[in-house]
Amino acid sequence: MIPAQAEPFLRIEGVSKKFGNFTAVSDVSLTVEKGEIFALLGGSGCGKTTLLRMLAGFENPTAGKIFLDGKDMADVPPWSRPVHMMFQSYALFPHMTVEKNIGYGLKHEPISKAAKADRVREMLDLVQLTEFAARKPHQISGGQRQRVALARALARQPKLLLLDEPLAALDKKLREHTQFELMSIQQRTGVTFIVVTHDQEEAMTLADRIAVMDRGQVKQIGSPTDIYEFPDSRFVAGFIGSITSFEAVVTGRSGGHLLLQAPALGMVQARDVPGVIEGQAVTLALRPEKLRLTKTRPEGPNVVEGQVKDLAYFGKDSLYRIILPSGELVQAHAVNANRGEDAARADWDDKVFLSFDPASAIVLAE
Amino acid sequence: MAQSRLSRWFDRKGWSDAIIAVPYLWLIVLFLLPFLIVLAMSVATKTPTAPPFSFGGDYPWLNFEGYVRLFSDGLYLRAFLTSVLNAAAAMVLCLLIGYPMALGLVRVAPAWRNILLMLVILPFWTSFLLRVYAWMGLMGSNSWFNNMLTDWWNFIVPLDWAVRSIPMMHTNFAVVLVMVYTYLPFMILPLYANLERLDLTLDEAALDLGSRPHQVFFDVTLPQSIPGIIAGGMLVFIPAAGELVIPTLVGSSSSPMIGRVISDEFSSARDWPMASAVAVTLLVLMVVPTMIYSHYQAKSGGVK
Repeated sequence: MIPAQAEPFLRIEGVSKKFGNFTAVSDVSLTVEKGEIFALLGGSGCGKTTLLRMLAGFENPTAGKIFLDGKDMADVPPWSRPVHMMFQSYALFPHMTVEKNIGYGLKHEPISKAAKADRVREMLDLVQLTEFAARKPHQISGGQRQRVALARALARQPKLLLLDEPLAALDKKLREHTQFELMSIQQRTGVTFIVVTHDQEEAMTLADRIAVMDRGQVKQIGSPTDIYEFPDSRFVAGFIGSITSFEAVVTGRSGGHLLLQAPALGMVQARDVPGVIEGQAVTLALRPEKLRLTKTRPEGPNVVEGQVKDLAYFGKDSLYRIILPSGELVQAHAVNANRGEDAARADWDDKVFLSFDPASAIVLAE
Repeated sequence: MAQSRLSRWFDRKGWSDAIIAVPYLWLIVLFLLPFLIVLAMSVATKTPTAPPFSFGGDYPWLNFEGYVRLFSDGLYLRAFLTSVLNAAAAMVLCLLIGYPMALGLVRVAPAWRNILLMLVILPFWTSFLLRVYAWMGLMGSNSWFNNMLTDWWNFIVPLDWAVRSIPMMHTNFAVVLVMVYTYLPFMILPLYANLERLDLTLDEAALDLGSRPHQVFFDVTLPQSIPGIIAGGMLVFIPAAGELVIPTLVGSSSSPMIGRVISDEFSSARDWPMASAVAVTLLVLMVVPTMIYSHYQAKSGGVK
């Protein structure tokens, strides 16, 4: 039993949701701390939105419990929850002005008119929309609508704010700007955010912690660094960032490293992971930016020879696709540190050497 | 503005004008011309000829007697008032009954929706007259329906208020009842079309922001359905105000509706100018509020 003072702000305990025969969310347990930005990340149909709707109270869990601030939310209807949601479509009321939209959450609150007006003014100020107060939603831009939706959800001072794909409807430039604005507003208000997104970059930059979901299950929970650098399953490794994976068999341990025999790479050393035994078949995953690309054979372990099959020049860096003698393709990133023509830079059909630190190689048993 | 080649060809050849012309032609031939004939007739003089009017007499050959009589004879004004009150009562009752039905149609599982929608339209498949006769049978003083209502009435009220049967036939109550029955689909269908377009996420947003379901209805659903209410209201009110068949069959002859008056003037009294004057006045009464409404709508940019 957890002692009372250690009770987390939000605790989801074994929550499942079934629609007929379809299991949308399957036995999810996680905790969120006060003031955190927590992201639920996954592809469409992974159950992240269903989980969010259960937090808002629109759906009831088939099994399991949700505790907010120590209180069981099971029988609390949506209108009594200190949880507000920013909808993906923003769901602004088309027949109300920006001001009325923002003030809507206060409409049925037992507080004075002056207090309501103050609060709305404060919110308009927070999202910098004071001059648009009298406009209707169809008279403002998409980015402004997104801010109205945010202000409306924050006006009632929720304990928990749920954001369903908050940036999906914005164009790329606006998205980056809004991302930082969201973070700054979260810091100023101190409200706990739960963000649902399918966009891994969005989750990585926004969130303090991420839960990666697949087919209704939480595959891994951790900080962006944990998830990216230390994925614990093939799904997570493949979902976040790009990866090239190889089949390998564990042959032993030496000097704190795991020794692996990979048909495509030969003998390889990798960072040791507990629980892996000799003779076990595992997956070795390599991220493009962890690979060094050289035209001469470097010293040390984990070197493999290949030929440049494809390259994409992005300016600041280039993405190479290297074909190995075994026929497998490996992606590698190279930073273009030197300006202009560079003799050391590999070109099409060049023979190159790929190398990586043992610590950079990800060994996945699952 | 970028225009496709097809649409430029369309414009150059004048096809778009031709297409726009179709509804105008329709309106001119089937509405404006007949209206002008009726308007002309309303300022003609009644004669014992066939047709029973002429534009003779003194300069300027116009005779406004019909309009003068209309506003001086209480019969016509009372008939207008009865029509407007009956039509308004039917409209309000249709709204009160039709709104929950339309909302139910929208919120019911899609599998049920088409079946229920068909049931709303189903009465149209039997003759309108047959349905009015059915109501006459139900309301008659010896029908089981009337007997049942009479029994209830006598059970509830004190003894000396007891009646042998409730006088329903040939009252304005009967007119309103049958008009509500007849025009209900005209209220439900535009409301349904309006409510069906509403985004249910907005309801969820309102629930999420602390509103109880009934508050969500009054704050979100109702204001957005005003265009549907107005459309349904006009579709019921306008034909109900000019209704002829229902008041003739089940209505009171001592307080007739205006449709009955027009019909009587045309056929029994053979006073076509008078009948036309009443008809023109009725049209103006109906069209002016509609025009004010659409003007206001255009000005406010419409409710999305």
